[in-house]
Amino acid sequence: MARIHLEQLSHSYRPQPRAEVEADWALRGLDLQWADGGAYALLGPSGCGKSTLLNLISGLLQPTQGRVRFDERDVTALEPGQRNIAQVFQFPVVYDTMSVFDNLAFPLRNRGMAEPDVKARVIEIAEMLDLGASLANRASGLTADGKQKISLGRGLVRSDVAAILFDEPLTVIDPHLKWRLRSKLKELHQRVRRTMIYVTHDQTEALTFAEQVVVMFDGQVVQSGTPVELFERPAHTFVGHFIGSPGMNLLPCEIDAAGVARFAGHAVANASRDLNAARGKKTELGVRPEFVHFAGVGIPVQIERASDVGRFRIVDARHGAQLIKLLVAEGEPVPERQAHLAFDAQRTRVYADGWAVA
Amino acid sequence: MSRVKWLVPTIYIVFLMLPIYWLLNMSFKNTNEILGGFTLWPREFTLANYAKILTDRTWYMGYVNSLAYVLMNTVISVTVALPAAYAFSRYRFLGDKHLFFWLLTNRMAPPAVFALPFFQLYSSIGLFDTHIAVALAHCLFNIPLAVWILEGFMSGVPRELDETAFVDGYPFWKFFIRIFMPTIAAGIGVACFFCFMFSWVELLLAKTLTSVDAKPIAATMTRTASTSGYELGLLAAAGALTIVPGAVVIWFVRNYIAKGFALGRV
Amino acid sequence: MSSKTPNQKAWWLVLPVVLLVAFNAVIPLMAVVNYSVQETFGNNEFFFEGVRWFQQVMQSARFREALQRQILFTAIVLAIQLPLGVAIALAMPRRGIGLSICLVLMAMPLLIPYNVVGAMWNIFALPDIGLMGKGLNELGFSFNYTRQPVAAWITLVAMDVWHWTSLVVLLAYAGLSAIPDAYYQAARIDGASKWAIFRHIQLPKLKHVLLIAVLLRFMDSFMIYTEAVVLTGGGPGNATTLLSIDLVKIALGQFDLGPAAAMSLIYFLIILLSSWLFYTVMTRDEEH
Repeated sequence: MARIHLEQLSHSYRPQPRAEVEADWALRGLDLQWADGGAYALLGPSGCGKSTLLNLISGLLQPTQGRVRFDERDVTALEPGQRNIAQVFQFPVVYDTMSVFDNLAFPLRNRGMAEPDVKARVIEIAEMLDLGASLANRASGLTADGKQKISLGRGLVRSDVAAILFDEPLTVIDPHLKWRLRSKLKELHQRVRRTMIYVTHDQTEALTFAEQVVVMFDGQVVQSGTPVELFERPAHTFVGHFIGSPGMNLLPCEIDAAGVARFAGHAVANASRDLNAARGKKTELGVRPEFVHFAGVGIPVQIERASDVGRFRIVDARHGAQLIKLLVAEGEPVPERQAHLAFDAQRTRVYADGWAVA
Repeated sequence: MSRVKWLVPTIYIVFLMLPIYWLLNMSFKNTNEILGGFTLWPREFTLANYAKILTDRTWYMGYVNSLAYVLMNTVISVTVALPAAYAFSRYRFLGDKHLFFWLLTNRMAPPAVFALPFFQLYSSIGLFDTHIAVALAHCLFNIPLAVWILEGFMSGVPRELDETAFVDGYPFWKFFIRIFMPTIAAGIGVACFFCFMFSWVELLLAKTLTSVDAKPIAATMTRTASTSGYELGLLAAAGALTIVPGAVVIWFVRNYIAKGFALGRV
Repeated sequence: MSSKTPNQKAWWLVLPVVLLVAFNAVIPLMAVVNYSVQETFGNNEFFFEGVRWFQQVMQSARFREALQRQILFTAIVLAIQLPLGVAIALAMPRRGIGLSICLVLMAMPLLIPYNVVGAMWNIFALPDIGLMGKGLNELGFSFNYTRQPVAAWITLVAMDVWHWTSLVVLLAYAGLSAIPDAYYQAARIDGASKWAIFRHIQLPKLKHVLLIAVLLRFMDSFMIYTEAVVLTGGGPGNATTLLSIDLVKIALGQFDLGPAAAMSLIYFLIILLSSWLFYTVMTRDEEH
C-alpha cells in the first residue's frame, strides 16, 4: 500500500524539448497526490496525456522533469518490476502458451515465491475473479473479458502491489460485457482496498468507478474532485463540456461597468463573485441544461426542437445566433415557439479564459 | 543496446559483404593481375571492364533484355493477380479452396522439371527467344505468389469499405481502381517487389527460352566463361552490374521492407 | 473478420490467373506425364511403356543417391538458416538509421541473380585467387573445393547460407515487429527474465512466420539448381549433384525424355507431399 505523489512532473517525447513551446510537451507541471487505497479515474480526451501519466507512474517511461514518489520513497529511477505496481493494458496481455493458472502464477514465480504459497494465492485470486473453473485451461482460449481478468489477476496476485493501473481496459470488450467487468472492478476495489488508477476517455466509466476523478486536457490537470463536484461545480469549461450528456451550455458574456454579467444585454445572476478580475479576458457563462428552466421572464428564445431521449427531453432553444439547451422532464409541456429561460443562479458560473471565476 | 547484441548483426553483415567486396575487387582489375597474384585491392585500378560492358552491344543488351522481361512479368503478374486476389478475399465460389491450393503448388514446382517442356511449348507457338516468352513463363510461380501476397493484404481491409462504395453507386471497376487499390498500395508494392525479385534472379527458364534476341545477361556471362576462357575481370564487372538493379529497388522500398515481409498476414 | 459471400461470378475475376498459370503448368505437365509413360526412338514416334520409366528411376542407384544428397543438403541448410535467422532478427535494432542500414544490406544477397551468386562463390572459394579459399589455405587447412568433396559441400552450404539466411531474418523480424509493446511492458512489470520473454512471448508469436520461412526454405532448397551448378557443376565427380542438377543432365543433356519425365514427376510429388506434411504438422500444433 502506498501514497503516490507526483512532483512537478513534465514529460516530452522529443529529445530536446523547448521550455517555452507548449506543443513540445505531453505533460506540463503536474503535481498530484493519490491517497492510499482510493479508486481514481484519469479522464480526458485522446492525446491529453493520460496514458503518458500512467506510464510515468508505472515506470515504463522516465519523466523529462520531476519526481515520482511512493510513500516518500523516490522511485523515479526504478524499473517497473521494482516499483510494486501492476498495469492492465488496453488489450488483454496473456501468455498464450500457458494455462490460466500459470499465467496468474507467473509474477509470483519470477519473484521466487514457494510453490505451495503460489498455489494458494492463485486459487484465492481466481475465486475472486470467477476464474476458478478455468484454471487448467489454456489462456489463449478465453474471451476478451476473461483475458482482461487474467491481466488483472496478475496484478492482484502480488501482495506487494501498491497500486493497480488501468489503461482503458474495456476498449476491446464487447459492449454488453463492459458493465459486468466494470462492476467486477468496483467490487474488487471494495474488497481489496488497493489504490486503483483507471485511465479512460469514457465519462461513464470514470464517474461510476472512481471516488475521485482527475480530468486532464492538453497535458494539464484541469480539475480533480468527486463525480458530484465535477458535475455541479466544473472548474473549467472543458470539464463542463466533457462531462454530462449533453454538456454544459457556454454563452458568451460581458462584465459591465457595475460588475454584472450580461448575456446579450440581459443580466444573469450567477455564483461567481470576483467578476472584476475577469474583465479583459474571454468571458463565458456556463450552466448545465439540467439547471435551465422555462420562466415567465428571462432570456427570450425561439424553440427549435425537442428531442425525446427517454426519461426526459432535450430542448434546443435559440437566442439570436446562440443555441441553449435545456432538459425538460417527461410529461412537462414545452412551449411551441417562443419562451423565456431562466438559469439556476447557484449553478451558473462565469468562466474567464476557460477557468471558473471564484 | 548492449555491445554484444550489436556484434551479431555486424558480423553477419560483414560476412554478407565479403564475397561482394571480392567481386568488386576483381571487377576493377584486369584479368592478368587477377590470375597473376593475390591482392586485396587492385594494384592497377582499371575501369576497362565496365567500359567494355557498357559499350559493347552484346553485353549491355543482356541487361536490357533481362530488365525487359522482368518488368513485363511484374506488370502481367500483378495485374491479373489483383482481381483474382479480390475474388479469393471477398467471395466463396465453387472450388475456391482447391483453386487457391493448386495455385500455391505451382510455386513448389522445380524449374528443372519445366525446362524441357517449356522449351518445346514456347517453340511450338513461335515465341522462342522473345521477352514475352520469359515473362509468361515466370508467371508460373510469380502469379501464385502475387495472389497470395495480395489476398493477405486485402483480407485486412474491412468489407464495409466495399459495401459503402457499392451503396454509393460506384460501379465495380471504378471502386476497385479509385478506392480499393490505393488502400492496399503497400500490398501492391510488396507484390511487385517479390515478382521483380524472383523474376530477376531466375535463370534456368530464362536461358532455356532464349538464344540471341532476348538473351538475358546470365546467358551472356556463361557464354563468355566457357568460350573466351575466363575473362575474369570482365565477368566480375558484369556480375557487379547485375547487383545494381536489385540494390536500387531495395533502396526505394527500404521503409517498407520490414512491414512488407509481414505480407499483411503477420 | 467479415465473412465471404457466395458468388459464382467471381470466376470471371480469377479467369485470367487460371488461364495464364494453367497454360504454363497444365500443358507442360501433360507433356511430362506423356513422356513419362512413353518411349521414343526419334522421328516423333512414341510407344506406350506404362510404368517402366518410373520403375527404372526408383530403382536406379543414381537417382537414389541424388535424392539422398538432396535430403542431406536441405536438412543441413534448414538446421543452420532457421536458428541463425531468428537469432539475428532478435539482435537487430528496433528502429533508427541502424535498422535501415541493416535491412538494406541484409536484403542484397536476395536480389542477386542466381548465376552471379554461383559465380561469385566459385571464385571466392578458389584456393589461389579467392579470398576464402586462399585464406583457409593460409590458415593451414588444405581446401580445394574443385577436388575435395567435403570442401565442395562446405562451400555449397556456405553459399546457400550466405544467399538465403536474410530471408529468414526479414521474415522473423517482421514477426517480431508485430508484437505489440504492451506484451513487453507487461513482462517487465511481471518481472520476467529475458529467456522467459523469448519463450513465452516472442517464440509463440513467431510461430506463424517461422512456418512460412520453413516452407519456403524447404521448397527452394529442394529445388536448387543454377547457383549450385555454376558453383560446382555437380562435382567433384557427382559429390554435389543434387536432384535438379541430375534431372537437367538427364533431360537437356542426354535427352532421355522418358526417365527425365518420370523423375520430374517423382521429384514434384516429393516436394508436394513433404510441404503438405510440414504444413499439417505445424498447423495442427496450433489447434489443440
